Amino acid sequence: MWTTGPALFDLRGTLRAPYDSRLISRQLCGVTTGVARVTMVEDVTVIATESLSKRFPRVTALDRLSVDVGPGVTGLVGANGAGKSTLIKILLGLSPATEGRAEVLGLDVATKGADIRERVGYMPEHDCLPPDVSATEFVVHMARMSGLPPTAARERTADTLRHVGLYEERYRPIGGYSTGMKQRVKLAQALVHDPQLVFLDEPTNGLDPVGRDEMLGLIRRIHTDFGISVLVTSHLLGELERTCDHVVVVDGGKLLRSSSTTDFTQTTTTLAIEVTDTDEHPDGTRAVRDALHARGVDVVDSGGGLPGAGHVLLLTAQGEETYDLVRDVVADLGLGLVRMEQRRHHISEVFKDSDEQRDAERKEAVGHGN
Amino acid sequence: MATEHPVAAPSGDQTRIHNIGYRTYDGPRLGRAYARRSLYSQSLRGAYGLGRSVKSKVTPMLMFVVMCVPAAIMVAVAVATKAKELPLDYTRYAIVMQAVISLYVASQAPQSVSRDLRFKTVPLYFSRPIETSDYVRAKFAALATALFVLTAAPLLVLYVGALLAKLDFADQTKGLGQGLVSVALLSLLFAGLGLVIASVTPRRGFGIAAVIAVLTISYGAVSTLQAIADAQNSTGSIAWMGLFSPITLIDGVQSAFLGASSAFPGGVGPTNGEGVVYVLATLGLIAACYGLLMRRYRKVGL
Repeated sequence: MWTTGPALFDLRGTLRAPYDSRLISRQLCGVTTGVARVTMVEDVTVIATESLSKRFPRVTALDRLSVDVGPGVTGLVGANGAGKSTLIKILLGLSPATEGRAEVLGLDVATKGADIRERVGYMPEHDCLPPDVSATEFVVHMARMSGLPPTAARERTADTLRHVGLYEERYRPIGGYSTGMKQRVKLAQALVHDPQLVFLDEPTNGLDPVGRDEMLGLIRRIHTDFGISVLVTSHLLGELERTCDHVVVVDGGKLLRSSSTTDFTQTTTTLAIEVTDTDEHPDGTRAVRDALHARGVDVVDSGGGLPGAGHVLLLTAQGEETYDLVRDVVADLGLGLVRMEQRRHHISEVFKDSDEQRDAERKEAVGHGN
Repeated sequence: MATEHPVAAPSGDQTRIHNIGYRTYDGPRLGRAYARRSLYSQSLRGAYGLGRSVKSKVTPMLMFVVMCVPAAIMVAVAVATKAKELPLDYTRYAIVMQAVISLYVASQAPQSVSRDLRFKTVPLYFSRPIETSDYVRAKFAALATALFVLTAAPLLVLYVGALLAKLDFADQTKGLGQGLVSVALLSLLFAGLGLVIASVTPRRGFGIAAVIAVLTISYGAVSTLQAIADAQNSTGSIAWMGLFSPITLIDGVQSAFLGASSAFPGGVGPTNGEGVVYVLATLGLIAACYGLLMRRYRKVGL
């Protein structure tokens, strides 16, 4: 296993050639150190775009988007109309870019569309299932449309439907399925031809919280168990934080941010803490806030209106040491720590940050103008 | 990474459950042409309700029976009465049964394309190796083949019957050949028209109504005008009017070149010169249908 290490690193130079990302990730399973894995993830690119633009007569859907996506689960986040679907269309080779270029699995989207579509799966956002056929029949047909011979199509269909969690119901017409089951069929048709990469467009849309968790778990497994890279779109950042290795945020067709999920959470995690009151400190919340202030940590009261407001303190976690600090401060004061939890971020916060940043830049520019 | 879970492992027993986990696919990927063929066979089977619910088999199968029964009756009569020739020419059969053919197109063209539009299955096709032209060709060819099966089957019944009745072999074979060429053209033309109309609407009901309307209203209008022209003895214009409805177009082509007796009022078909225009118009219309379908699906895309 170890002898493959240096060979893998050589891939950096041969990025443009088609390759099997799975081969690499499977070899990795034998490599036990985390270091090797991290290096690998950074080394290979599954999707690469270079100042990719798409302009329609009235709107600019993509504006000079340059982003590299490696193997693993990557989240593509953006508000409605941010250009997510346009990007997927271009990456599937179905819609020519106005300018710039893009490569998927080392293949140019402008010239190798059919080759890309043979190696890639796509799960659309909207309903796409005819109600009067069974899941098995439908997925077999879709497998054959991807080029699988009849026998292989049937075998892979049975396998894939089992993996997404459809059992006896797969022989019944799709019309009678629940939303969760339909989403699974949609996912199965994207995976049936064993692609190297799948595009999942809003896979959790319309699911209840349990269905959502199951779908997110399934998406995680597509990479960890099946060895298939995933590009999943969503407008909920919190959802993607739990599943993705890497998050790409687009807004108005522009790249807002592209970073690994750990970076994301490290720099933006908000901690919510709640403490008990004691005789010594009748207002425990205040005591903790003052103590933390004294140590140079900014603490804000949580906004009103929420349950427990006024008792919950919010602070930005800078890393592991913040957790330790809170623990020590609370212990020193002799208070009980009722809760210490990470607050999920909503996509809007990323946008708000960037707006502030943009405003700051604008002011600066104006200042220079003067 | 196959993991094995031995279930109650008695020594030497073969009973084990193998949880093989996710299996990759390393077999062949047959690509675009195979995918197009798969879509063709799936659509062709679908046109007769095969691989679909029992309910959707009823209409096409009923149409098929209705098409063939008159032929069987004619054959029975011809055999029983020892007739010298069949009561109906091979080329006339489709013209006489045009209402059934129109109904079949009206029911199956929307089934073939409107469903994909309505349930938005089209993006799934185009996210696979096939291109727009593959989809259009597969659907076009499938419906044309289905129509050919529908229209050629009764001709074969007539032919077999004619041979059983010991009618002249050479005569009958020639007639069958002419009939088959005629229904092949008719199948292409009707399939094209039906698909173009059906591909405009995702609503199946609209599709059915629109196809019936186009096929029957155009025929009704043309034959009425022809009858009026015939009554006023302006026989010259009768032939030209036939260009404006699909079924009279086929009628014109076969009366000019395939030895058919024309169904036009007065029995006057187009002359050979006019016949060339008919052939060109028919082929042009088929090509136009293909072009329109291509344009339509380039827009639908994903």
